[in-house]
Amino acid sequence: MKIAVCVKQVPDSWAEKKMAGQVIDRANVDAVLNDLDEYAIEEALKIVEANGEGHTITLISMGPERATEALRKGLSMGADDAILISDPALAGADALATSLVLSKVLSAGNYDLIICGAESTDARMSVVPSMLAQRLQIAQLTCASKVNISGNKVSIARTIESGIESQEANFPVLLGVVEKINEPRYPSFKGIMAAKKKIIETKTLADLGIGADQVKAWSEVSNVVVLPPRSKGVKIEDAGDAGNKLADFLAEKKLI
Amino acid sequence: MSSLILIDSGTKSAAELATLAGSDAIGVVVDTSADLTKLKIQSAIKLSGVEGWNVAAIAEGLAEIAKSKSAHTIFITSSLRGKEIAGRLAVLLEAGIITDASAIDASGTTSQSIFGGGTVVSAKINTEFKVITVRANSIEPEFGSGPSESSELTPNLSSLTKLVTLTNTEPVKKGSRPELIEAPVVVSGGRGTDGDFTVVEELADALGGAIGASRAAVDAGWVEHSLQVGQTGKTVSPQLYVALGISGAIQHLAGMQTAKVIVAVNKDPEAPIFNLADFGIVGDIKTVIPQAITAIKAKKQG
Repeated sequence: MKIAVCVKQVPDSWAEKKMAGQVIDRANVDAVLNDLDEYAIEEALKIVEANGEGHTITLISMGPERATEALRKGLSMGADDAILISDPALAGADALATSLVLSKVLSAGNYDLIICGAESTDARMSVVPSMLAQRLQIAQLTCASKVNISGNKVSIARTIESGIESQEANFPVLLGVVEKINEPRYPSFKGIMAAKKKIIETKTLADLGIGADQVKAWSEVSNVVVLPPRSKGVKIEDAGDAGNKLADFLAEKKLI
Repeated sequence: MSSLILIDSGTKSAAELATLAGSDAIGVVVDTSADLTKLKIQSAIKLSGVEGWNVAAIAEGLAEIAKSKSAHTIFITSSLRGKEIAGRLAVLLEAGIITDASAIDASGTTSQSIFGGGTVVSAKINTEFKVITVRANSIEPEFGSGPSESSELTPNLSSLTKLVTLTNTEPVKKGSRPELIEAPVVVSGGRGTDGDFTVVEELADALGGAIGASRAAVDAGWVEHSLQVGQTGKTVSPQLYVALGISGAIQHLAGMQTAKVIVAVNKDPEAPIFNLADFGIVGDIKTVIPQAITAIKAKKQG
């Protein structure tokens, strides 16, 4: 089984995020492996562990050169190797460009299973997995909270607004997992040491045969407004009448 | 030039899309509880042959109609499934895409709040086709008298739509409470409920609201995942959000920060949720909330 996990380096989700002109400021905040991608890596590791020898996990990412730090973390969790697509023309790339670039790398790798996290904690669009399935013309099993693999058949349970759906499809499959699916492991010391020797292959757009005009943004940001922080409200200690005061507050705001 | 709206859930979400799309909108209908006669849309097309919420098929159906009707802007509600459809549709139509928009002006410039609501970005898609997903509850919907024409279409589906088999569906247990993402009032419970959601439910019912939960409450198995508010759960923008026993981890805030009014009750005076609460009570939800419910009922009767 060849497994690819798509990951992204993002500004630390606990840090205050800002815009730098028309794009997210990535230079002045700590960059980390997207939290939600750790669940995708963990699921890949669990699948490999359950299926014995001869399976590989490749991490695939697009980003600046320093994204190798995020990849290194995934490798220290136990992935085998990584591919980073890095190119100045990709700065500020949107979801369409990202999915185009990733799809070129993924189709060249002939993976049986491509795993993605639920969303990146920065842009939060969560459309890249669907775009990849459409571009690669493979089955899309996303929002999975449970996964079972038997032979080349993948079965999932997914919880969406309308209820819980059970779906299945044969390899190759684009699998999207939500955070409920597992508890990602912490890299062990041994894992961290081993990751230092693992290979991160770097590719440019030219290596993939993609022209800079194919990854230009398809939307233009015309304005960015930072709203004033929510004005601090009232905070009271319950002195036996806080429930009544809450009702008064709601009435005053015309909410009841 | 007309726009398409995907009608795939309730009347209110559909009305919000129709309001943004303009009165000449074409409603594309998949299995739905929406009451079409209340919508301000020019026509309605029911998609046949896309049963089982097949996102690949719905995206292909939308693409076919967008092309045949020259409807260049497609509005979809920002649900988990809506975003799956939107991503596929953007590739099919080579369309630029904006997610979680809250407004669109006459020139086609959308507004979207990012970083959990602290920053508003205005952007314009410059491709011929445009896919825009809209966060429920972002605008005041206008209602109309339904489409003047209705038809049915069985789209030409590619083999791609046959790759996934739906083997089972367990519909959400429909209670009398409103849908979480479109509810005007959401009352959520967290770790501080200690697993007893009674006061959460009673307050939600007193206010006519929906029930939500923090990830801690969902992980503990106290409520189902479908009620989770926050990152990887639902994003809600109600008129009133009440957080009971929720400390306010950033992942939770990302799902409710755009609520108009936020109320928080928590034993811990240092809980981060108090930083954005319009009305915060440091206290025990088990004594504060029953008293509040009695007072709310009295005010409603008075």
